[in-house]
Amino acid sequence: MSMTTAQTDEVVKEPPAPATPSDERERERMRRRLARKRGGGWWPYVFLAPWFVGLFGLTIYPMLDSLYLSFTKFDLLTSPEWIGAGNYDRMFTEDPVFWDSVRATLLYVVVSVPLKLALALGVAILLNRPLRGIGLYRAAFYLPSLLGGAVAVAIVWRQVFGGDGLFNDVLGWFGITGQDWISSPDTALYTLVLLAVWQFGTPMVIFLAGLKQLPKDVYEAAAIDGASPVTRFFRITLPLLTPIVFFNVVLQIIDAFKTFTPAFVVSNGTGGPLNSTMLYSLYLYKKGFTDLQMGYASALAWVLFLVIAGFTAVNFVAGRYWVHYDD
Amino acid sequence: MSATAPNPSPRRPRSLTGPRRTLIHTLLIGVAIVMLYPLLWMLGSSLKPDTEIFTHPGLIPDALNPANYAEGWSGSGNSFSLYITNSLIVSIGAVVGNVVSCSLAAYAFARFEFRGKRIWFGVMLGTLMLPMQATLIPQYTIFYNLTWINTFMPLIVPKFLATDAFFIFLMVQFIRSIPRELDQAAMMDGANPLQIYWKIILPLMRPALITTTIFTFIWTYDDFLSQLVYLQQNARFTVPLGLTLFLDKTSGSSYGAMFAMSTLALLPTLVCFLVFQKRLVEGLATSGMKG
Repeated sequence: MSMTTAQTDEVVKEPPAPATPSDERERERMRRRLARKRGGGWWPYVFLAPWFVGLFGLTIYPMLDSLYLSFTKFDLLTSPEWIGAGNYDRMFTEDPVFWDSVRATLLYVVVSVPLKLALALGVAILLNRPLRGIGLYRAAFYLPSLLGGAVAVAIVWRQVFGGDGLFNDVLGWFGITGQDWISSPDTALYTLVLLAVWQFGTPMVIFLAGLKQLPKDVYEAAAIDGASPVTRFFRITLPLLTPIVFFNVVLQIIDAFKTFTPAFVVSNGTGGPLNSTMLYSLYLYKKGFTDLQMGYASALAWVLFLVIAGFTAVNFVAGRYWVHYDD
Repeated sequence: MSATAPNPSPRRPRSLTGPRRTLIHTLLIGVAIVMLYPLLWMLGSSLKPDTEIFTHPGLIPDALNPANYAEGWSGSGNSFSLYITNSLIVSIGAVVGNVVSCSLAAYAFARFEFRGKRIWFGVMLGTLMLPMQATLIPQYTIFYNLTWINTFMPLIVPKFLATDAFFIFLMVQFIRSIPRELDQAAMMDGANPLQIYWKIILPLMRPALITTTIFTFIWTYDDFLSQLVYLQQNARFTVPLGLTLFLDKTSGSSYGAMFAMSTLALLPTLVCFLVFQKRLVEGLATSGMKG
């Protein structure tokens, strides 16, 4: 700080003089000093101090610790006991529930992400025109995204798809007799998929912002050339929108892998029926905090981390072939 | 679902003819009804006597019946007012933490050159992708050893350490749009970086701070997994945890109360949404565009 004061004093004392070569030099020195001050000495580290503490204390150290714990047997109360690759061995060869949860999670990701994004893009395209009440529509479609993570919504969902819930009432109007969708192992997971798709508002808003930035003249040229709406969509809109599609795909896949709350609530914490809603995060929670098998849960956590990192990396590599950047 | 099919012509303002416009409106209204119906059903059910919820499927109850709210409010272990108070403590603590720590970090990233800046910035963006499940167990052991289990500390303190990289990123983007000349003028007047942060950057980045406040509040208020893990005594329960108590005793008689408390639980988010709708949507859109 003393440096700063000294410098400003100097500046203030500077007598006003006509521009001379030495004045130029002075100004150059001043400019460099400012540049150095932008370098800021230790100032940036002061501002970053909380972040550094968080990064090392709550992210990097825990990641390494979790890697270590994944090779141990650990129940929180006694100290960890090294068992080598035992946890991983057990996971891949001896634990059928692990595979149930992998199957449920992959199915959930693979079905919900494309449906959600297709709906988001479709509605965004419908909304991307001068329409009366557009703000109301956008609000109505976005609201579920904001509420969707809440336990309250998952509780309602459980009732909507229950045996005498709303969904079966609606089916009843069309003369269809429903079933209890929540307690059937064939359908329970798809109620979670629908809950995810219901929250298409976030990617929709992002698509809409992207659509608004597409160049108009290309569409005018295409219209003059007589391109049909379908052609224009596949030849112009979609290619120009690929960066946004990519962004949404990456985000939604990560989000889907992390889903916990609805699976917990809809199955009342069991992951049932028959492990059909045992999403990976729920299984990890049960192992770590219900069974206190924290070593095993750490191994599960590392596998999840690697799978998400892998999916993201594959996305980025594959993205080079289908994402079109304009620069 | 039919909404995905036709009409992919985004830019023809004047060519919307009557029937086509009607078709679009019909589609959109249809989707909106399907989207909002479950929420309206929840509201309607919260006002019906338990015996009518599943036998009278209509949305509107025959008579408004606030008894469910009274029952739910006092029903589960502790009064619901306690859960709401606890949720507010956690959410407001998290908001303060995020606003302070993320703005400090964002100022450093946006305005200073320092060794390894690009690498640290990359690391920060990398943590955006990191699932919380990956660090949950070691973090739990850390807080366990600090004897912070069953306190709000594990839910609030990390926010003061700028662990929500999303908001750092949002603020960095915003600070970059503030003209540097303002900083330089203040520097000429003898202000140090802390004063520049406090007197120039913070006031000018108010829109970003508001976006951060709203999203932090809603996300913390709804965050279930960490509250489930760290808060085990009923006296410390937050709203989401209080709601799960209804799951165990759905023996038929408390459905109405469950719907009533679910409705109440969604109210704070709903109010935030109604007041700040435009800013939420815009905050989201810009962050998406720049990602």
